[in-house]
Amino acid sequence: MSNILDVIGLEASYGPTNVLHGLDFSLEEGGVTTILGANGAGKTTTLRAISGMVTRSGEIKLDGKELNSLRPAEITREGIAHVPEGRGTFVRMSTEDNLQLGAYTRSGKAEIAEDIERVYSYFPILKQRRNQQAGTLSGGEAQMLAVGRALMLRPRLLLLDEPSFGLAPLIVQELFEILKKINVEDGVSMLLVEQNAALALELADHAYLLETGNIVISGTADSILENETVRRSYLGY
Amino acid sequence: MTTEVETNTDSRLTVGSKINIKWVGAFIILGALLPFFVEGYTSFQATLVMIYAIAILGLNLLTGFNGQFSLGHSAFYAIGAYTAAVLVYHLDWPVYVTIPIGGVVCFVAGFLFGLPALRLEGLYLALATFALAVAVPQILKSSHLEELTGGVQGLDVFRPDVPAVLPIDMDQWWYLITFGIMLLMFWVAWNLINSRSGRAMMAIRDNPIAAASMGINTSLYKSLTFGVSAFYTGIAGALSAIVIEFVAPDSFTFQLSILLFIGLVVGGTGSIWGAIFGGLFILMVPNIAEEVSTGLSYAVFGVILILVIYVMPSGIAGFVNILRVRLRKIF
Amino acid sequence: MDHLLQQILTGLANGAIYACLALAVVMIYQAIDHFNFAQGEMAMFSTYICWSMIAVGIPYWIAFLLTIVVSFTAGIAIERIIFKPIHNAPVLSHIVVFIGLLAIFNSLAGAIWDHTIKTFPSPFPEGSFGGLIGLHEVGMFFVTLLLLGAIFCFFKYTRVGMAMQAAAANPDSAELVGIRVGWMLALGWGLAAAIGAVAGMMIAPVVFLDPNMMLGILLYGFAAAIVGGITSPGGAVAGGFLVGIIENLAGTYIPAIGSELKLTVALVLIVTVLLFKPNGLFGKSIVTRV
Repeated sequence: MSNILDVIGLEASYGPTNVLHGLDFSLEEGGVTTILGANGAGKTTTLRAISGMVTRSGEIKLDGKELNSLRPAEITREGIAHVPEGRGTFVRMSTEDNLQLGAYTRSGKAEIAEDIERVYSYFPILKQRRNQQAGTLSGGEAQMLAVGRALMLRPRLLLLDEPSFGLAPLIVQELFEILKKINVEDGVSMLLVEQNAALALELADHAYLLETGNIVISGTADSILENETVRRSYLGY
Repeated sequence: MTTEVETNTDSRLTVGSKINIKWVGAFIILGALLPFFVEGYTSFQATLVMIYAIAILGLNLLTGFNGQFSLGHSAFYAIGAYTAAVLVYHLDWPVYVTIPIGGVVCFVAGFLFGLPALRLEGLYLALATFALAVAVPQILKSSHLEELTGGVQGLDVFRPDVPAVLPIDMDQWWYLITFGIMLLMFWVAWNLINSRSGRAMMAIRDNPIAAASMGINTSLYKSLTFGVSAFYTGIAGALSAIVIEFVAPDSFTFQLSILLFIGLVVGGTGSIWGAIFGGLFILMVPNIAEEVSTGLSYAVFGVILILVIYVMPSGIAGFVNILRVRLRKIF
Repeated sequence: MDHLLQQILTGLANGAIYACLALAVVMIYQAIDHFNFAQGEMAMFSTYICWSMIAVGIPYWIAFLLTIVVSFTAGIAIERIIFKPIHNAPVLSHIVVFIGLLAIFNSLAGAIWDHTIKTFPSPFPEGSFGGLIGLHEVGMFFVTLLLLGAIFCFFKYTRVGMAMQAAAANPDSAELVGIRVGWMLALGWGLAAAIGAVAGMMIAPVVFLDPNMMLGILLYGFAAAIVGGITSPGGAVAGGFLVGIIENLAGTYIPAIGSELKLTVALVLIVTVLLFKPNGLFGKSIVTRV
């Protein structure tokens, strides 16, 4: 299986402050990889670097293609959909318009309409709220909308930034089950950043642990789950 | 709604920081000595700069620190000025007393205006304050109030002689008075910003919902801030009436509000001492533009404005801050 | 009663002017999420360009279209050259740049075309409708409605329109769905400049062309846009007419108010409307969830 994403020596900074100090990791095509770590470790920055939203250096290759010099809109067009921290929905627009915008770079009205129905089948509550302003959705619904919007791109790689944040456990469970389904049925590779390690390790096959801008541990999700020392010291359970 | 106010200069410069005794001390000493080394006209101009600085600081308290966007401060300036002028002209009150009274009148006006304005955000508030700025000179000109305000002609303000004891002239005397008042008001502002109230004000600016849920009475604070802001600008207005010895409606048009706003941004929102640079800018640069080209003076002014923002997007205070960070990295 | 009708119609006629400008204001707001104070001056400048073209013999409608194209291009250029470098600066700094632009356009116009008042031709026939309202005003009314329809369709039914709104509302998210936000902003500016040009060319025959012609009107345009609701192009137009009527009636029927206080009264009334409906008459309120 080839790698859909290869990251070599990734550095990123906010103004004068360096946040990532040379990360090396890869993601297998069709796989789910999670990046874990405490607050401030640099997880969100990693995703933003891949999406081109922060000053970065190093190599980022999507299926062999170098992304480092591209701007965010172009990176999206390459097939990377990013579900940002805080959902990032267009609050003044309707749910359905948000989904339509997710397909902005695509053509083919019929296919887009089909995909919208697919998203509704994954997240029926969104269909109920299709004409409501996205700003009125609850946290869980907004998260679903954010994922749905990302799916509208028909992405090859889905970047998810703390999808469980601020959501009730039952909703999170539901969401992660759907993510699993999407990964298996549609073959969408996923890079998942999470603070909820237990949940993330269930979904993922590979995991990296980030600590203040460096990868300190990497391995299969199973091996990390089984390694009690790692679990205790780094994941807290 | 993105007429929200963002500041890049505040906390690092004022909150929690101690007054840098060296810089402030030097400033006080040099400032106090200035009028004795320059011509009378320059003292007069420096006095105007300080008056503008006080007005700009008033605007800053409202817009920079509390996030309420006001295009109406020329109105408070005018109210302060006319309060002083009317008290001196019609009632023969001593000029010195009219200064704080002008401030208090404006405080009340500002607070009262702040109350209904509570419902308005961002650009709606901008429009309401703009309405105020346009209304005030028109009211001042109106024939109904002519007896009181002097209508279009305005009123003369007579300054008393400098106390005989002091061997200085009128320009120097009023420079020193203004300097003293400015120092006092800056000090008060600094204490306000660094107090609980100041933090509450800024909390309201940054996240009104969170502030309210922390128990801050946002309505009260916002109205009070309006009042305090108007107070400052009113004092500046009163001083200006006395120092210029004249008030007329056309000195207080909407253009003044724009100038104060420009002074605020160029000096640096959220910075107290930036107001001085703001005042300097709005006094000097229009004159410079005029000298460069009389026909195109506005255009020159506009170009300068754009260039200044280009070079210093967060105003002079922001620029100095960036320099500080860079220098610290080198040393 | 007849007199009242006359005043209302005069108000409507003035209102058409404000409505036209209000549309331009709303347009730029939808595109860049704040007001462009230089809008009026840019419109005035565009109108002067048209005037110059007509003065050298170019037929009206060709000059009209050329001016729109020139204004559109200039709008894009201004955004890319002046605003792109400072787009990370705080909002208040942007406003100062708007003020700078305003000053530049106003001054340049005076320098290039001098301050004598010029007449500007109207594409509509002379005369009036039953003696009550001029044909030009009627024409203006329809042009405004036409523009409004076009804008409405643009924002609601085209991809680019939606993308533009998205880019203005949430630039980060917009980039993440593949929208090139920078160019959306530029496009918004271009469109706003074009609409402003139309507004200017419609207004000039009535108020006559001089560098300060827009300063007074722009305020009414803003007020109209706000009272109508800044999210609603239709509201802005309605607001324009409302403001026109209120201003005229207030000036005519309230004795204390001569023409000097007309503006004040209009503003006060508008502010009063805002106190009861803080989002304008037709604006949607935006719910913020914490």
